[in-house]
Amino acid sequence: MCFVNEIDYGTPASRSDKTVTLTIDGKDVTVPEGTSIMRAARMAGIEVPKLCANDMVKAFGSCRLCLVEIEGRAGTPASCTTPVAEGLKVSTQTERVQAIRRGIMELYMSDHPEDCPACAAGDCEMARMAETVGLKEIRYGREGENHIWPAHDGAANPHFLEPDLSNPYFAYDPSQCIVCSLCVRACEEVQGTFALTVEGRGFESRISAGMNEPFLESECVSCGACVQACPTGALREKSVIELGMPEWSTVTTCAYCGVGCSFKAEMKGEQVVRMVPYKEGKANRGHSCVKGRFAYGYATHKDRILNPMIREKITDPWREVTWEEALAHVAKEFRRIQYQYGRGAIGGITSSRCTNEETYLVQKLVRQGFGNNNVDTCARVCHSPTGYGLKTTFGTSAGTQDFDSVEHADVVMLIGANPTDAHPVFASRMKKRLREGAKLIVIDPRRIDLVRTPHVEAAYHLPLRPGTNVAVLTALAHVIVSEGLVDEAFVRERCEWDAFEDWAEFVLQPENSPEAVEKVSGVPAETIRAAARLYATGGNAAIYYGLGVTEHSQGSTAVMAIANLAMATGNIGRPGVGVNPLRGQNNVQGSCDMGSFPHELPGYRHISDEATRAIYEKIWGVKLDEEPGLRINNMLDAAVEGSFKGIYIQGEDILQSDPNTRHVAEGLAAMECVVVHDLFLNETANYAHVFLPGSTFLEKDGTFINAERRINRVRKVMEPKSRYADWEATQELARALGLNWNYKHPSEIMDEIAATTPTFAGVSYDLLEREGSVQWPCNEKAPLGTPVMHVDGFVRGKGKFVRTAYVATDEKTGPRFPLLLTTGRILTQYNVGAQTRRTDNVVWHAEDRLEIHPFDAENRGIRDGDWVKLASRAGETTLRAKVTNRVAPGVVYTTFHHPDTQANVVTTEYADWATSCPEYKVTAVQVSPSNGPTEWQRDYREHAQKSRRVVHAEPAE
Amino acid sequence: MQHADTEIVSAVTPIIERWRHEEGPLLPILNGIQRELGYVPREVLPVIADALNLSRAEVYGVVSFYHDYREKPAGRHVLKLCRAEACQSMGGEAIAERLQSLLGVKFGETAADGSVTLEEVYCLGLCACSPAAMLDGEVIGRLDEEKAAEIAREVRA
Repeated sequence: MCFVNEIDYGTPASRSDKTVTLTIDGKDVTVPEGTSIMRAARMAGIEVPKLCANDMVKAFGSCRLCLVEIEGRAGTPASCTTPVAEGLKVSTQTERVQAIRRGIMELYMSDHPEDCPACAAGDCEMARMAETVGLKEIRYGREGENHIWPAHDGAANPHFLEPDLSNPYFAYDPSQCIVCSLCVRACEEVQGTFALTVEGRGFESRISAGMNEPFLESECVSCGACVQACPTGALREKSVIELGMPEWSTVTTCAYCGVGCSFKAEMKGEQVVRMVPYKEGKANRGHSCVKGRFAYGYATHKDRILNPMIREKITDPWREVTWEEALAHVAKEFRRIQYQYGRGAIGGITSSRCTNEETYLVQKLVRQGFGNNNVDTCARVCHSPTGYGLKTTFGTSAGTQDFDSVEHADVVMLIGANPTDAHPVFASRMKKRLREGAKLIVIDPRRIDLVRTPHVEAAYHLPLRPGTNVAVLTALAHVIVSEGLVDEAFVRERCEWDAFEDWAEFVLQPENSPEAVEKVSGVPAETIRAAARLYATGGNAAIYYGLGVTEHSQGSTAVMAIANLAMATGNIGRPGVGVNPLRGQNNVQGSCDMGSFPHELPGYRHISDEATRAIYEKIWGVKLDEEPGLRINNMLDAAVEGSFKGIYIQGEDILQSDPNTRHVAEGLAAMECVVVHDLFLNETANYAHVFLPGSTFLEKDGTFINAERRINRVRKVMEPKSRYADWEATQELARALGLNWNYKHPSEIMDEIAATTPTFAGVSYDLLEREGSVQWPCNEKAPLGTPVMHVDGFVRGKGKFVRTAYVATDEKTGPRFPLLLTTGRILTQYNVGAQTRRTDNVVWHAEDRLEIHPFDAENRGIRDGDWVKLASRAGETTLRAKVTNRVAPGVVYTTFHHPDTQANVVTTEYADWATSCPEYKVTAVQVSPSNGPTEWQRDYREHAQKSRRVVHAEPAE
Repeated sequence: MQHADTEIVSAVTPIIERWRHEEGPLLPILNGIQRELGYVPREVLPVIADALNLSRAEVYGVVSFYHDYREKPAGRHVLKLCRAEACQSMGGEAIAERLQSLLGVKFGETAADGSVTLEEVYCLGLCACSPAAMLDGEVIGRLDEEKAAEIAREVRA
């Protein structure tokens, strides 16, 4: 079995296009100007010994092991900090430098444990370097002053520090530490948190988290960058300490957020030993966050259901059955329902957590097997307005850039997104650029971390009232047009001029002026003006936005308002600019691309388009319905009305994640056959009749598409614990329904996607194997994919400006519900928490809290940590309060990671006018002191407990 | 995180405000606080970090690097004795023993009655007058038994 080893060049690559030629150990080497000698040597295949350098952080020159000699120069310079120069003659292996290296290594080893367990396991560079430099003996012994022994000759060693085991995922053992500061620099340069430092000086120098605090109590966000950087065993994954070193590895893609980080899954047999971020991963460039790096334990959690189960009524206990019985049962029930209530009485929901191949199969099952278009996806409830808005204005339903683009941005405008919590790896890349001097504008009701965090400070924060995005965005446009900041040449060449003129006239109307918008949004007019000027004139300006834009009654309008701004200022079509939705889930882009919506076939082609239908009709051998099917909320409505009776839900917990929980519960309860295909008995499964056990991303091959349209490979590292990978289970279900599906491997599904979808025409597993990943469109015109879109022209031809009139949501505050609730995420938890709650991540976030401003809290007699009742006209729930001035007076905020909280009991059915994306981000609420769970929470908990009972099948003997 | 004592915060706020917009403000702020309070209380580090938009780890790293920044208030007098080579060669070791016993404290300690803090330094730049010491900022050269006794009397006064 193979192990993916990546070359460490020692120092980061130089971006210069000028090259320099030098000689290293007699070899001619040509490298970009600014490259270090260490890196140049490695490029020529020569490894210079080192301890304090790696190619993720800037050279530091502290370990002195990488000394070399340069002809004509005095001394022995460190090769990591010495840049190349034309004609240099470098020697890396002279007797002189070898003697120095041995001497240095001898000193290091005199204060490094002889029995270092990491050295023994091969997880510590010290042993390897000692061998490399030819160290034979340690003349000084280890008895002098040292950091190794807790006590010596009966006296306690004042230099000895106990290991810090506070972090659930990694251990810090100071006795093995050589204070090379790689961890400190990784935390600063790569992660951007600055949680680590070197305390003291000289022999007393030690690595300290925070102000000499346990890691868990420090500013550390547990991204793992320090552990990855540590050359010794001082910082090690606890899983490696426990399981030993991995034996084989393969590259795969994280299944959490829409950043889509590439990881090396390092394995021992079928057991994951650790997940290590992959440097060649183009989304993450070798970085990770606490979720992808460490929170994979859910994959083997005891709560996983591994056998199919069925039951008559949702009040019955579950009965374990064979796959054959379960599938036959579903097929029989679905066919019965269709016979009894009509072809349209059943539908399916695809998952943004599953692979493209799996999603494609579910929509194919619905269209080919169910004979209708009743297929929808959870993207409905997050980024459907992005699809609609960007398709209308630009012609594609996706972000315009790759993540690397942020390295070229001069101004970043962040709207309704909280990347440090929800897209942490991208946030780190963005922070790096901001530290280099790019300016930041934040438009968010809440003071998110990026507004002010060590070494990053937003130039402007526009803390708008929830629900007023469109007003503020149009006011920005007003300033750009009225102050003559439009890039007219760009607009004339690239956009529809008539539409632009119409739009310009619209934005200039007095109700769109910053002064008028100040009244509705609460953002000072001067701040709006200043932000608009910075965005329009600050150089390359890039917009990144999240669900704070889309999950509104005017979500689609806001997306178009964003697109208008980018077009008006010419910030489209090159690196460093663009409009970038930060996608929430690993494959939400892919699930949309794969035709998961009731009105669209794969590649965003409308179902009414005959030519497109013909392509599928030909290979699927059926007549497709030309009418769009039902959306999720329509399915639930129809269920309540009695015309929709059966549903196949793959990998989504609609009960917890969709708005107005009680309505969802009512809809599901009215159905006759609810099939849930998931890893766990999720909340939706409480209303299910059939449960099909799902598979994790570790158990299957496939692809995910991240927020930058990047198609990343997911690779199987273990057999599905429940026998079938999800694509296989769907295929078995299709067969049970009489369809002749014979996919042997997901690559064959991708071949079908490529053969039928123009934007994917060039995609194949072979290509992905060769290139690592590609960004769609990938076809004849762009055989290796498209990092930046709309370069020479918009996909739709000319960019289209759209009027974006602000219409206040119907969800208004009043005397009964005077506060506005908005919702979000936290770093360590993910979505409804089904996975992260089943990992040690709960040490950081054990419950959802309601953030409330001190003013509003005091008015209500609420203290920090008190139980409060949160009520809207949809329902009420209880949770504990967190009094903070991160939210403005009048605004409260919570997360929805825990099922006990059920924040979505409170959210309403208001939705985006164009796409029905729910208005999660604005709910009028009241908050009052409380002393316990609400009646709904109690009833629900009782029902949940009852409906999770399982009667285990007796062995058949 | 512990919350800073409001009294201490109000004492350091003017110092932070005085320097925060200057270039390289951290050391002047720490110096100012040490001058004002006689030490740099641990709980002000997050306050400084917040004002300068640094992490508290960074501020801690700087404070811990400089031996002159105290975590706790010093005694009424501070005696620094040079322990570097020149002074050692001129009988510094004996003087060090003598002073420790006269004052009843070891290096790095403050007397129980708060009269004096004894510290080691490595070179006062007074090698020509070894062994040397510095009492409350004033240097004293050519230390001997007698001068040591005098110092002890002075700090006990």
